[in-house]
Amino acid sequence: MAVDKQLALKLLKQMMEIRQFEDKIMELLARNIAEGGSHLYAGMEAVAVGAISVLRPDDYITSTHRGHGHAIAKDGDLKALMAEILGKKTGVCKGKGGSLHLADVSKGNLGANGVVGGSIGMATGAALSVKMRKTNQVVVCFFGDGATNQGIFYESLNIAALWKLPVVYVCENNFYGMSVSVKRASAVEDLSRKALAFDMPAETVNGMDVLAVREAVGRRVEEARNQFQPSLVVANTYRYYGHSRSDPRVYRTREEEKFWKERDPIPNFASRMIEQGVLIEQEVTELEEQVRQSIEEATRYAIDSPWPEPEELYTDLYA
Amino acid sequence: MREISYRQALNEALNEELVRDQTVFIAGEDVAIYGGAYGVTADLWKKYGDERVKDTPISESAIVGVGLGAALTGMRPVVEIMYIDFIPLALEQINNQAAKIRYMFGGKCTVPLTIRTEGGAGRTLGAHHSQSLESWLIHIPGLKVVMPATPYDAKGLLKSSIRDNNPVVFIEHKMLYNSKGPVPEEEYLIPIGQADIKRQGRDVTVITYSRMVLFSLQAAATLEKEGVSVEVVDLRTLLPMDIDTIVASVRKTHRVLIVEEDCKTGGTGAEIGMLIMEHAFDELDAPVKRLAGADVPMPKSPVLEKLAIPDPERICQAIREVLQ
Repeated sequence: MAVDKQLALKLLKQMMEIRQFEDKIMELLARNIAEGGSHLYAGMEAVAVGAISVLRPDDYITSTHRGHGHAIAKDGDLKALMAEILGKKTGVCKGKGGSLHLADVSKGNLGANGVVGGSIGMATGAALSVKMRKTNQVVVCFFGDGATNQGIFYESLNIAALWKLPVVYVCENNFYGMSVSVKRASAVEDLSRKALAFDMPAETVNGMDVLAVREAVGRRVEEARNQFQPSLVVANTYRYYGHSRSDPRVYRTREEEKFWKERDPIPNFASRMIEQGVLIEQEVTELEEQVRQSIEEATRYAIDSPWPEPEELYTDLYA
Repeated sequence: MREISYRQALNEALNEELVRDQTVFIAGEDVAIYGGAYGVTADLWKKYGDERVKDTPISESAIVGVGLGAALTGMRPVVEIMYIDFIPLALEQINNQAAKIRYMFGGKCTVPLTIRTEGGAGRTLGAHHSQSLESWLIHIPGLKVVMPATPYDAKGLLKSSIRDNNPVVFIEHKMLYNSKGPVPEEEYLIPIGQADIKRQGRDVTVITYSRMVLFSLQAAATLEKEGVSVEVVDLRTLLPMDIDTIVASVRKTHRVLIVEEDCKTGGTGAEIGMLIMEHAFDELDAPVKRLAGADVPMPKSPVLEKLAIPDPERICQAIREVLQ
């Protein structure tokens, strides 16, 4: 798959933004500047970036409890996202949503979700709306391996296949639903087989390879857009941090973590691009520094932003 | 004025909104070819086809989820959950998603979603087809909950619910579908959130909604012969509740009976009673009394089912007690 410099820089930049954003959130949590918790996307960047890179700006996504990566890749504003995670007035949801509810409907991001599988029905409904309004948009629905054990997963895939809806279900298989491994939670380890029940095309892709994700989801998005063919893409990937900050990661080995970190989507993609002569080392270093500055700016903006006024408690409830 | 059934009034409301707004569509179990379990969507599929009147799989959670997704992205869905007893299957999508999404997103979206459902006892269908679960729903900020008692209110409120830019749970009553009442030919709307005084009275206020409005009116007619003047307040909307109309009536009669079909414990009447305590305690000449459904799963036996919900005779008795 040919990649030009512009695309390589865009993909690399988004993945770096997500990684550094997540590392920064971890730091803010440790320093108690960010209160509460956050489920971090570090390690999984290639999935959100690769999948969303094939979408039009007006296409929709639905996201998950581990949703910072999707929000950034769907043209999210780093400052507004960081401020939202801190609960500030300037947050993308005015400080009322937080990490678990990052959303920007104006950019086609129908939101992160605090409930595993909670947005699969919504994604399917957005695809129905697209088809009824004849707008040629596509919906990409992200969820994790754990969500494939929820009832609404089966209800929704059945409806999408039955009604021929333009939705691509992207399962981010990071092998653990909180602490319970896929082996211990799912009777079928190859999660793509769960689509067989609906005669829905499905495939598994290396979720640590941004170009592989881009190729597979790109193909499926075109089928959805042009033929109303829904599909399931399972991207095998890994989350570097624990489920949340209090997670001691006793359910997985340090060897396993090392195995996946050797397959890190960011340096691997960067060196591949350098090898192929698409980028030079200096461009990668400069990009990393540029991203570092934008994350620092976003952090300062979020920390310096005001809290919501008390009157905000009762606004935005009803339209 | 012509008289039509509650069922037909609802059917007219759906038909008129389908004509008026191309983004309106209907989806639910058996709503298309069959015309709805209680016939409310009869003939609409013939007029509008699968595109706008959709039979769904038996997947309550996805029915609401799909409706929500469509509502967020430019459509105005009316989804049906066949029995309110099946609402628990969709409650995650209603409570966590549809009701909260606007607030969670800082007001940057709207959810013009109507969820029609039907509840109540009276057909001896037992515990899975006879419940009154409205108190669960009024505990969910971000929702609106509407429960009409008459054909006139049913039509006007359903049209308002469909046009509302918020998620509305519209709860019909299975024993009201055949009841008839005056409904004008010309278009009208009834605002959500306004109670209606179905009968003016001086001595005591009965606050009620849905089928219990009819029973309370029967009780009021009986007591009139005994020289008791009963005011009947039909809430029509449970969320948001019309506290002004409740307080005005309490100021007038100073005595209150709440009549509700749902289970007493944690029920809607508890909320109404506390609102009166907060807003009109000094106006009361007697403690607020509740007549509610029994705290049991609805039994099948017609004899037991009748005992499990209020009836006109027991409403009369309860009113006499409030007046003592």
